[in-house]
Amino acid sequence: MSAVEITNISKAFNLGSSNQVDALTDINLSIASGEFVSLIGPSGCGKSTLLRLIANLIEPTSGELVVNGKSAKQARLDQDYGMAFQQSGLFEWRTVEKNIELPLELKGWDKAKRQARATEMLELVKLSDFANHYPWQLSGGMQQRVAIARALAVHPSLLLMDEPFGALDEMTREHMQSELLSICRASGTTVVFVTHSIPEAVYLSNRVVVMSPRPGRVTEIVDVSIEGERNDATRDNSAFFKGITSVREALRGVEMSDHVRGIEDR
Amino acid sequence: MSSRSSSIVRSVLPPAVFGVAFIAVWELVVKGFNLKPYFLAPPSKIWQKFTENIDLVWGAAKVSGTNALIGLLLGAFLGMAMSFVLSRFRFLNNLITPLAIALNAIPIFVLVAVLNNMFAITSEVPRRIMVTLVVYFIVLVNVAKGLTQVSPTHVELMKSYAASDTQILRKVRIPNAVPYLFTALKISAPASVITAFVSEYFGGSQNGLGSRITSNIANSKNAVAWGYVLGACLLGLTFYVISSLLEGVATPGGRAKRTKEGR
Amino acid sequence: MTTVMTTKKTSETARRIRRVVLFVVSLLFVAAAWELYKVVGPEAGGKIFGWKLLPRSNNNAMPHVWDMLMRYNRPELRGSDRKIWSVVLAGAWFSFRLALVGFAIGSALGLGLSILMARFKFAERGILPYLVLSQTVPLIALAPLVVSWGGKLSIAGWTWPRWMSAAVLGAFLAFFPVAVGALKGLTSAPSASLELMDSYAASWWQTLRKLRFPAAIPFIVPSLKLAASASVIGVVVAEISTGLKGGIGRLIIEYAREATGDPAKVFTAVFGAAALGLAMSGFVTLADMYMMRNRPKEASA
Repeated sequence: MSAVEITNISKAFNLGSSNQVDALTDINLSIASGEFVSLIGPSGCGKSTLLRLIANLIEPTSGELVVNGKSAKQARLDQDYGMAFQQSGLFEWRTVEKNIELPLELKGWDKAKRQARATEMLELVKLSDFANHYPWQLSGGMQQRVAIARALAVHPSLLLMDEPFGALDEMTREHMQSELLSICRASGTTVVFVTHSIPEAVYLSNRVVVMSPRPGRVTEIVDVSIEGERNDATRDNSAFFKGITSVREALRGVEMSDHVRGIEDR
Repeated sequence: MSSRSSSIVRSVLPPAVFGVAFIAVWELVVKGFNLKPYFLAPPSKIWQKFTENIDLVWGAAKVSGTNALIGLLLGAFLGMAMSFVLSRFRFLNNLITPLAIALNAIPIFVLVAVLNNMFAITSEVPRRIMVTLVVYFIVLVNVAKGLTQVSPTHVELMKSYAASDTQILRKVRIPNAVPYLFTALKISAPASVITAFVSEYFGGSQNGLGSRITSNIANSKNAVAWGYVLGACLLGLTFYVISSLLEGVATPGGRAKRTKEGR
Repeated sequence: MTTVMTTKKTSETARRIRRVVLFVVSLLFVAAAWELYKVVGPEAGGKIFGWKLLPRSNNNAMPHVWDMLMRYNRPELRGSDRKIWSVVLAGAWFSFRLALVGFAIGSALGLGLSILMARFKFAERGILPYLVLSQTVPLIALAPLVVSWGGKLSIAGWTWPRWMSAAVLGAFLAFFPVAVGALKGLTSAPSASLELMDSYAASWWQTLRKLRFPAAIPFIVPSLKLAASASVIGVVVAEISTGLKGGIGRLIIEYAREATGDPAKVFTAVFGAAALGLAMSGFVTLADMYMMRNRPKEASA
């Protein structure tokens, strides 16, 4: 069974008025369980919108969305997915541990269970020593690790990430990418990952979905197969560079018809 | 409907609805429950008394308003002057600012009781001094902030041009302080009316709005008193509107800064 | 790659102590200026540009600072045993309790209204303009009216006690700044956090308790300071209007009447009112420090 099934999805904002925006048109995508899929494209191509549709934070104008075999809404109500944003979105008035416990509190878990799960997640992201610290006492990379721990606290089968490493410096970013991969490999989580960075998309994903704007649509799906386990050595691997080139060309194809903005090439 | 007119409707309609509903409920409750006049007067009667006595209300408003205005202008002037001194001598600034902030918490209008002793009983001067004091500290704190809290980058730039302290004052500090001045005035305007008002409760000359309200209540003429209250609100509103307009004229592009302590 | 910031608690307390010391020094400064004027200023009052502006500097109109302080230790009335400082303290305590009640009720109601306005956009659009407007008109004008209910209004055998008018006025004035500030705070939660709560399918009330309200605290705190001083003003004005027995306002009026014979007396009560205001402000500052205890410390002005 596929984790996420997107069929003929379209989303238009301000439908019917003079400033209607066709954020997405006729998107078809099938994401297998355990797969790591990146969405990449210039500003306005609808990748964040697509992510929010999967998360059931907005409703599609037309089309069908099946998440984990259920409707997107049911998946949200059942907390089948975890979400992470570019701003870590931690509550500054809660300790690191209490931040991770937030989704568990909302589901009515009792205190002992919550604490046990939070401790487990802290170990997973290697921040056990900082359980009682406050977010503002931590660096940006550490805050994002807490955000990921929070997203995984409910042991979801699906992880939705909207440029979570966008605000970090290059070195921290590469480090976080490796961490994320090892965590997801260990838990077998399906990941849908929105990014602006080609190397990041290629390093992390099995497939890279290249999108283009006006109207938002899928241009090409690039299969990034790199044999063996991905680690720091992978970044020097020729298959890695091949993948980057393929994605870049797919995006350039977008450039032929549209002015490309906001893509990192390095 | 175009989006511009619909947004006007959206911002005007709800307060209008609430306002009308409030007045209607007030009227109905007073009439329906037959409330005693010394408790609450119905809006219809208030309006009637207000228009009947409009001359008297206007006269009293002029007295209170003059006190407020004189205090406002004098306090602002003195506050601005002193703020220059404070910006020049940082030690003084560190001394006076905590005092001014502490004064925010204290009901300093009680000093009118003392001021009344220092002057003749029919004098309006104690009230004017009170308003001056209140406005003085508000303006002082805010303008001093504007003069001292300038971007370090700007000061560094001026120093690299070998600019003198006076030049830095004129070209960087004063323009920086202008929005702070107008924020202070917007706060001082209603504060001056309130202070002028409250000062009248301490005795002394009986010509202002505050005194009229108390005397009318003492004579059980509550609806008339409400009329004076309405006059007082209009006075305060006028002061605020004028100070807002001045701000709009003097700071094009809306550079007004809300300072943290404000008062 | 781990950077952890320290809480800088010690420098924060050092700053607070420094502020208090400077405050005391500035008071001495003011006392010195007062005495200086007494030395320099005209005994019978004076004129500037023909306006009778300068106050009289004789001992009747402007007693020496030392006299004012000494006055605390002498009896209140001729022949009475009670020293003034105990009378003034009792009066200030009386008024403090009223201000506290007014502050608590006004803040609670203000908070309640702000939650209502945060929940219903129509309520916000309809009521907020009036709240903002209320900050510009002299609400204190209603004081004599509220105060006049004392002793006259009765519901089913229970008569409105005079002191309640003072508390009500205090509550009324405290209500508005809290309502405005709390609304600002409740609507300040970042949209990413609101989306997060959505993704957890949290109800509006859960979002209020776990996100909006904690996010609002940095906005509520300054409005509570305004509310504290507003409630003190309300209570003192009500006491002055009624001559409410037991309060500091009445003491000020009484002693002011005796000023010709006993000039230092009224100052004792004035300082008492000042102490009242500072006590109220200190109380709110303590509450403020408690509520913001785990937040990142910003550099304050």
